[in-house]
Amino acid sequence: MTENYEDMEFFAPGHGMCAGCAAPIIVKWVLKLSGPNTIVVNATGCLEVATTAYPHTSWRIPWLHVAFENSAAAASGVEAALRATGEKANVIVFGGDGGTVDIGLQALSGMVERGHNVLYVLYDNEAYMNTGIQRSSATPWGAWTTTSKVGKANPIGKLRPKKPIARIIAAHNAKYVATANPAIFQDFKKKVQKALSYEGPRFLHVLSSCTTGWRHDPSKTIEILRLAADTGLFPLYEIIDGDIENMRITYHPKKFKPVEEYLKMQGRFRHLLKNPDLVKKLQDDVNAWWEKYGYH
Amino acid sequence: MEIVYTRGGVIPYPGNSTENKTGSWRVFKPVINYEKCIRCMICWQFCPEPAILKIKDEDVKKNTPAPKEPIKRLPVPEIDYDYCKGCGICYNECPVNAIDFVKEER
Ligand code: SF4
Ligand code: SF4
Repeated sequence: MTENYEDMEFFAPGHGMCAGCAAPIIVKWVLKLSGPNTIVVNATGCLEVATTAYPHTSWRIPWLHVAFENSAAAASGVEAALRATGEKANVIVFGGDGGTVDIGLQALSGMVERGHNVLYVLYDNEAYMNTGIQRSSATPWGAWTTTSKVGKANPIGKLRPKKPIARIIAAHNAKYVATANPAIFQDFKKKVQKALSYEGPRFLHVLSSCTTGWRHDPSKTIEILRLAADTGLFPLYEIIDGDIENMRITYHPKKFKPVEEYLKMQGRFRHLLKNPDLVKKLQDDVNAWWEKYGYH
Repeated sequence: MEIVYTRGGVIPYPGNSTENKTGSWRVFKPVINYEKCIRCMICWQFCPEPAILKIKDEDVKKNTPAPKEPIKRLPVPEIDYDYCKGCGICYNECPVNAIDFVKEER
């Protein structure tokens, strides 16, 4: 029987994350479920900057800050050191989409391929929010960012689809890979617990709304994230031992909501709503995904 | 040559960001109406700071008003205004609309 730390907070208030940011919700729950015997490796990003403004820290467990590109490499080293000394602890990486899907992908690929016993948690707010809302490879098609501007020449915003990072990591034969969403709370919690229970490289891709970059009212954070699941735009699934053929969808919306409901709550998609063809294209893409994979 | 050793950046204790009272950020203030609150703890679950405490003290449980007597057996959510930034997530997510969101007065 492992101890239950759910009522303890290993992530302290007084941090500088924007009001309504979803990332601290994800972090506080991962730590509640992992407990105090945990070492966190944190890639550069909003989370690192806003939780460790010198001389303060919000972390009540050992915490290591590394650059954008090498959090998975540093975590590999931490895990190897633990193995060498015979000590046991959860090694958990928190990285944003910039530090994970773009800049840190090489280190992450190496970490998974070498089989390090690390849980990597990607909190994906779908752009470089900390540096001024630049697009990343995790930015979805149709989103406005400061480097995928919307205007006469480009009415769409970002022209390329989101990189399917969870499937890419699963293709490395990672022990456990799942997509998750804190608004679908029981599914999210179960996946964190499951990820913690395995040995080997594990990867959680967690959607995390950003009030500043997604342009929404801070009180709507969870409501918008729930719509990401209920429109089918961000499917929730898990893949064990790299068995992508047997990917298991863990959350089927009872009734799919039209994608407009998600789009209309966020300033970054406002331009799409003026153009029914673009909304229809996005809806068709979502429908095609669920037709292809929805039986899983 | 004399070598002078200085100490690097020292953070005196873990979690000392609690010295930053981020409650000063608040424009709107969530206020729990205990007559309506069913103590489901959804607000506590989603508060990003975290600035909602789960109070398990037996006297607090008993003496805080509740819509029904049996609810008094459950822990009580309490907003810590030192840190609440007034994002309104708790207000938006409360399933029984037990949280009012009012303009902060200072
Ligand atoms: S979400 Fe509402 S009902 Fe539930 S504990 Fe909070 S205030 Fe009470
Ligand atoms: S308004 Fe936001 S910060 Fe304040 S208690 Fe509610 S959820 Fe927490």
